Parts: sequence; C-alpha cells; structure tokens
Amino acid sequence: MKNEKKIEPDGEVLVEDILAKYPPKVAKKRNKSIVFNDPSKDQPIQSNVRTIPGIITQRGCCYAGCKGVVLGPTRDIINLTHGPIGCGFYSWLTRRNQTRPGPKGDNYMPYCFSTDMQDDNIVFGGEKKLKEAIQEAYDIFHPKAIGIFATCPVGLIGDDIHSVAKEMKEKLGINIFGFSCEGYKGVSQSAGHHIANNQIFKHVVGLDDKKKKGKFLINLLGEYNIGGDAFLIEDLFERCGLTLVSTFSGNSSVEQFANCHTADLNLVMCHRSINYVADMMEKKFGIPWMKINFIGANASAVSLRLIGRYFEDEELSQRIEKVIKEEMPAVEAARKEVMPHTKDKLAMIFVGGSRAHHYQELFAEIGMRTIAAGYEFAHKDDYEGRKVLPDLKVDADSRNIEELVVEKDPERYKLRKTSEELKKLRESGVEMKEYDGMMPEMVNNSVVIDDISQHETEMLIAEYKPAVFCAGIKEKYTVQKRGVPMKQLHSYDYGGPFAVFKGAVNFYREMDRTINSKVWGLIKPPWDSVPEITATFVLE
Amino acid sequence: MNVINKAQTNTATKNPCKLCSPFGASLVFKGIRGTIPILHGSQGCSTYIRRYFISHFREPVDIASSNFVEETSIFGGEKNLCEALENVNKQYNPEVIGVATTCLSETIGDDVPLFLNDFLKKKGAEPFPDIIFVSTPSYSGTHMDGFHAAVRSIVEYYSRSRQTESSASLISQAGKSVAVFPNFVSPEDIRHLKQIILDFGMKFVFVPDYSDTLDGATWDKYKKIPEGGTPKDDLLVLQKISSVIEFGDSLDGKDSAGKFLGSEFGSKRYGLGLPVGIDLTDNFLNSLEIISGRKTPDKYIAQRGRLVDAYCDAHKYLFGKKAVVFGEEDMVMSIARFLCEIGMIPVLCASGAKGDKMREISQQLFLEYKNEIIVRTKADFVDIEEESEVLNPDLLIGNSKGYSLSRKLGIPLVRVGFPIHDRFGASRISHLCYKGTQELFDRIVNAVIAKKQSESVAGYTYM
Repeated sequence: MKNEKKIEPDGEVLVEDILAKYPPKVAKKRNKSIVFNDPSKDQPIQSNVRTIPGIITQRGCCYAGCKGVVLGPTRDIINLTHGPIGCGFYSWLTRRNQTRPGPKGDNYMPYCFSTDMQDDNIVFGGEKKLKEAIQEAYDIFHPKAIGIFATCPVGLIGDDIHSVAKEMKEKLGINIFGFSCEGYKGVSQSAGHHIANNQIFKHVVGLDDKKKKGKFLINLLGEYNIGGDAFLIEDLFERCGLTLVSTFSGNSSVEQFANCHTADLNLVMCHRSINYVADMMEKKFGIPWMKINFIGANASAVSLRLIGRYFEDEELSQRIEKVIKEEMPAVEAARKEVMPHTKDKLAMIFVGGSRAHHYQELFAEIGMRTIAAGYEFAHKDDYEGRKVLPDLKVDADSRNIEELVVEKDPERYKLRKTSEELKKLRESGVEMKEYDGMMPEMVNNSVVIDDISQHETEMLIAEYKPAVFCAGIKEKYTVQKRGVPMKQLHSYDYGGPFAVFKGAVNFYREMDRTINSKVWGLIKPPWDSVPEITATFVLE
Repeated sequence: MNVINKAQTNTATKNPCKLCSPFGASLVFKGIRGTIPILHGSQGCSTYIRRYFISHFREPVDIASSNFVEETSIFGGEKNLCEALENVNKQYNPEVIGVATTCLSETIGDDVPLFLNDFLKKKGAEPFPDIIFVSTPSYSGTHMDGFHAAVRSIVEYYSRSRQTESSASLISQAGKSVAVFPNFVSPEDIRHLKQIILDFGMKFVFVPDYSDTLDGATWDKYKKIPEGGTPKDDLLVLQKISSVIEFGDSLDGKDSAGKFLGSEFGSKRYGLGLPVGIDLTDNFLNSLEIISGRKTPDKYIAQRGRLVDAYCDAHKYLFGKKAVVFGEEDMVMSIARFLCEIGMIPVLCASGAKGDKMREISQQLFLEYKNEIIVRTKADFVDIEEESEVLNPDLLIGNSKGYSLSRKLGIPLVRVGFPIHDRFGASRISHLCYKGTQELFDRIVNAVIAKKQSESVAGYTYM
C-alpha cells in the first residue's frame, strides 16, 4: 500500500456522500455522530445512542459486556448463563483475555455453564432449573463464587435471579449473586459493563480487609489482559516497587476484588468501562484516581512518572526512572528499524471504549497519523472529556442502568490525600480524576465517527486509502477483501501483548509486517495492469 | 454388540456441543444470492452470530438486527422490524431479506408473519425484495433445527411464488436438474457436490449454496453483498424438479423441505446419509445414476478405487483404533459409519441434539460390533469428557471445542464440522464423497502416525 498522495478530502463533501445512502431520517441522525475534528474548538458529538434497526453495527449487547468483557477474565468465579444455549456458547472464551491459574489452580474460564433453557422453561419459568444448575456447579467445583447472568427471555418471563441467588447463597455458604444484564438493555455492551461493575462493587468489594504488604498499593481499573497485556504491566509494577492489589479485571480473581479497597491509588486505563467504579471507590473508601495509559512507550513512561509523583517518594521515583531507562533502548531500536517503512502512513481506528484513543499513541511513535477514529460503545465524555459530564442528559436508556448511591464507609474510609494535597498535585501537573477525551488529542481535520457502520467504513477507506485499518473481527475480512491491511484491536489478531514497553516493540514490528507484507501486492493479477492492446498480428 | 443410548443426565449444560437456532437460519440465508438476514431481536444476537461465522469462515458476514431495546421488548417489535427492513433495503439493495426470530421476539410472542404482511400491504405496488420468514426460537432444538427450518421456508416460499420470465425459460431444463439440500457442510464440500452433479450431465439447485459467499476471492471493488449463492430464478424452478436429494439421516421422518416438495409437487425424494466413506458415497452416486440415467463417470470410479486402495494400505495403522466422534448428529452418524468401514471403533458418538434418529440408526449400524458403542444425545463436553476418560480413545473427531479434551487426554483431534477456530482453512476442509473422504482418511491416518512418532523413544523417521 502506498500513501504517497497526501490530498485531504473535503470534509463536507465526504459527509454528504456518506449520508446520501441513508433515508432522510437516518441521515439526520447519523450526521450528529460524524465530526471533522478541530482540537481548538469544543465540538459536540453524538454517542451512546441506540443503533438504528437495520444499520449493521459492530456493537454487542448488554449481556456481552457484562458476562464476556468484565467478568470474562476473572478466573475463580463460575459464570452461569441463565438462558437458551446461544449466549453462553458465543461468549465462551472468545475474547483472548488471558489468566494465570490461581494458587490452588482454580480457573473456570475455559468452562461455559448454561441453564440451556428449553420451551417449557420459557412457559413455566426457569427458576427451578437455575437452582439445580447452581447446585450442580457447586457440587462439581466447590467455587468461592458463582455469578448468574440473565439473557433476554429471563426478564420477560419474570424469573427472579436475585432471589434465587440469595437463597442459594444462604444454602451453600458461598458468594452467589446475579446480573440483570438482559441483552436488550441499554444501547450497547457499555450498559453491561456498568451492571457488572455495580454488582461486583455491591457484592464483593470490601469483603476482605487483609492488607497486602508493600509501600505503594495500587489498583488497575479497566485493563482486561487481552493477549497478555496485564502480565507485562504487572511485571513492570513489580520492578518499580508498586504493589498491585487488584485489577479490574484482567488476570483477576474475586479474592482480589474483595480487598481492592485497601489500595491507596486507583489507576484508570479504560475510562469508559470503569470510571464510575473509580468514583464510587473514592467516595466510599477515600481512594483517589488518575487516568493513565499503558499503550505506547511514551505514554507508559508518562503514566509511571505520574504514579511516582502521586506518592511523593523520591526512592520510588528513582526506581521508576531506572526501569524506564532499562526499557527504552529496545523501544528506540525497534522504532528506528521500522520508522522508514511506516513514517507518514495513515491509520484508522474504530474500536472500544478507549483503545481508539490509546492506540493513536503507538501509531504516532512510528510516525503514523491516525486520520480517522471512533468508538463502538463509548459515551460523550470519552470523546470530549469529563468537562461535559455536568451537562449530560440522562436518557431513557441510561435510566435503566442502576446508578449506585454510595456513601462513606464508616470503618473502611481513609483519607489518602487531603484536598490541599490534591490541589498541590494538580497544580504541579498531576491531574487527578481528569480525562480530556480523545478529540482534543487528535489532529486537525481528522474524522471522528461514533458507532461507525459498515457503509461508512467503506466510504472512509475509499476516500483515504489508509495503510492500516484497526477494528474487530467483524470488520476484518471486509476490509482485507479489498487489499487494505486490517489489524484487530479487540483480540489483537492472535498477536500481542501490546502494552507498555515490550508491547510497544511488538506493535511496531507487527505494524511493519502488516503494512508492508508482500501479499497486498498480489491482489491485482498481472494481466489486469497490461495495457489494452498489446497483441500484434503475426502475419501483416 | 451392545449399543448404549444415553441422554442428558445433568441439569446445566456445561461446555455445550450445540449452538442456537437463529445461527443455523442465518447460515442458510447466506447461501441464497443477494440475501441479507435480519435477526428479529436484540443486536447482540447478530453480533455474536456474525462473530462466530467470521472466526470459522474468515469472510465478511453481514447480518442485520431489528435492535430491540427495553421498550421494544414490552410493546413488541413491529416498528423496529419495519424500520430494519427499510434500512437494509436502502443500504444493501438486496434481492432477498431473510427474517429469523430469536428467543426474545418469540418469548414476547411477536406475530412476525402478520407484521410482514402488513408491511408489504403498505408498500402496495412499490417493488421490495422478497422477504422469507423463519421462526427460530433459540430455546428450541439446536442450530441444525434452525438450519433445516430455514431451508424449508425458502423452498416453500419459492415453490409457491409466481414464475418470472427468466425462471420460466429455466423450467424447460428442469427435467435434467436435481435439487440438493446438502445439510451443514463446508464450502469445499458444496463445490465438490456441484461438480459431481455436473459430471453426471445435470443441473442443480442447492439450498443453501454458500460455497462462494463464505469462501470467496479478494475484491477489486467493494461489494455490499458477496457474489454467489443460489439465484432466485433457480429457486423458482424447484417445484418442477422431479428429483430431490436431501442429506441427513435426522431428516428422515421429519417435515423437511424434501418431504414438502414430495407431498406438494410429487418430487421423488432421495433421503441419504451425508456421503462420507465408500458405502454412503456409493448410495449417493447410485441415486445420481437413477436420476440422470447415466453411469458414474470414470473419474469417480478411479477416486473410489484410490480410496479403497488407501483403506487397504493404512489398515495396519487404524485397525481397532478407538475414536470419539462429536458434533452435528448427521455428520457424526456418517463419520461413525465411515469409521466402521475402515476398521476403527466409534466408541462414543455424541451430539448436543435431541437425536432420536441417531439413537435409532445406531442400533442397527453397530450390530456387527463386539465392542460397546455409546451413543449420547443432548450431550455436552463434560459428558463427552466423562465418557472418554473411561473409554480411553485413540483420537477425537469433531470441532475445535474438543481441543481441551484432546489436550487433557493427550490424543489428537481431527477437526471436522463447525466451529473450527483454532486451525486455518475451515472453509476448505473436505468431508464428502470419495475425494473428501480420502482427505479425511489421510488426516486421520496421519494423526495416528504422528502421535506414534512423537511418542517413540527412538525418534523414527520411517513410520
């Protein structure tokens, strides 16, 4: 793929072309979700609104976000799907989130448990079957915890999973709780993240007051260990002298969630899926939070330094500097190696919650420009920053998702930093509880599209001919059919890890291989480029 | 001999050996030219099902949704469905829209046929793509029930539709055509079946034919709907075709598409087991000889000869080896018969399906065996694992979901069926007829040899 032409398309014309294919009502609605970025201005973008029926979205459902994304990577809880078989099957270990088995080897992630509801359960109710299924799961594994996940029909037939959970919890003496994450709730998987996190907060967080040894106790929120990212981050923390109490929820265990309130700082990675947990933990336990990003070598260094400054400890800061110094030479070497092949090429990223933002760092490090980006399930604050939060209107779909009312825990609340100290930190550049969103950091005149459709994807690719398009498996083969390299950033396309320094090296090299592979040159057969008439008559 | 039939013993399904019915319906719709499926329910169903298709076939798969939200679930999905139909039509300009229900729309009792009727009435004379409806409540049966229901819906729809001019011209050739309902097989299998029928001098109508739509070439320009699939004009000829081949033992005695053509239009139905192995392929080619009035082309006689020759040559590796076979019941039963042919013992045949027919057939099929054969219906992988630990098999034959068992037991898994998401080339796996069986056979032999080799202390290179 060559990107020699640097002619920027006319934004207005492109948007007109995109919208022309839609019926007028749809066009009007989609128009609000497409913005030509001008970082010097506050530009509103429509997001977290329902997908229009018949517009093929890449979004998943509430159940997917709850069971698959948030609880998916937690090894020591049995996730029991209450519903027909499909939902359980499709969410059975498909996200490539990795885990290390616990000290006792407990790891239920490779298992898919389902009540496999049948006609008669729909007609007569499925609570009895659910109870039996819980009993069975208990008898086989004796787990510490069981989570029950509701699928679409459950809410409609009136099965009360929460009372079943309560009854079985008393009977079996282990932690059992339900998630009302029926697929039709909310507008995307984001609703499911919220429901999952709320239930974990209500039923697990704060159950264990045992404090881990270590001087600097932290939680990492919104990191899901795709492709082994968390393993690299954990290693880095250890070398820096930081003690990780819990991760929500990559390489995690319910045990860790239970004493996460003993940490002294929360680091928020994926703002979308977890910022509300950070807020709740601050209110209830007094733990401040900061937004960090471990995707990109520079971003990782910046994030580590921020942590050092938060703890205001000279020794810690020195240790962090030492680790950064150890890591950077390999990063620089790899950068130098791939830069000649990647510089000035264009990337597009349509993925996530936060990845569409974070991965721009990695591309920038190898000289590539992210010309278009958007989220699949994010909200307005993830685009425009938390400054828009006070003005956000609560619509019908958000109202359906429970907002927990949290108060100071009388025993467990501990003030980590006084407001004076926090203010001082902020003045020195250590932003707490802040996130500016993706748009202010994107280049001028780049395209931002929320919940991009297949049709819009095609138009963008045709117009800009990017060197690489990043999204998920559902878009992968449509993009590659036309000879445009495509990188999955949900599952990392069987590659990774891409986090922190070693991950950055992996990413640089992988992008080089992806973009510059010879296969893209084979797509046009030689006879297609032969001029029209080349034959001559033998006898003339 | 002793065939032990076992059905589900546990309440919960753990590591399921089946998928849900809208999945099967969506697959069938991908095999009709110019079709976009719409799943009537919440958007997760489309997303999940697309994701699963794509990880197996590695092709673009668009499936729309009527995107239910909370209020749709309370007040019904008519408005959403109509909106989805309009938007799909406008964006994709399809020839056909296939509408399948989900557990959500079935639970609330949406009367989709009525919605569609009203929708088309309102459209009046305005042209609109054909809309084919199939009811696929996910809480009933497996993905194969959705598959067969969709085949029947399509066949019923078009054999009751009015002929078009172009289809009328095809009708004169209908006498030399055969309708094939191939069951859930790979794109490569479909291509092979088509070639065989062509070699018998006949034309065909496949329902479905996703051999191109789910295994296509790169594109020079973007295509909203991948090329390929059975064209509508061919489907309109179905009622005039006098012979129908329907693969799958499980369909015998059921209200299948083939039965429908038989009872409504007097077509002769050839209900055959999926042609894996010599015996079942012989059956298939015999049927083609009868239908076409031609002898089996030499090419296939030669393929048969090579396959039998291979059976003889590899007998020393396979004789008495025990296999566990799992997956869709029709594929399981055909592979089991093939294993009997080559001297292996299918010690456990398992499927997530209800499998009445599987139980029935196995009673006769395994008569000759001294060994116990266990047939498990409504099975999940925990059942399969429990049985396998006792049976001590030499290899597993089935889909990628058997990998953890294969790892645990330290025995090879020969991958067939769906899903195959831990190996490359699932679309091009051959299972059928002499040629497909040959490939499958070679893979089985080599799996056995490879294990023996890797475990040999001496490290032999000559096996």
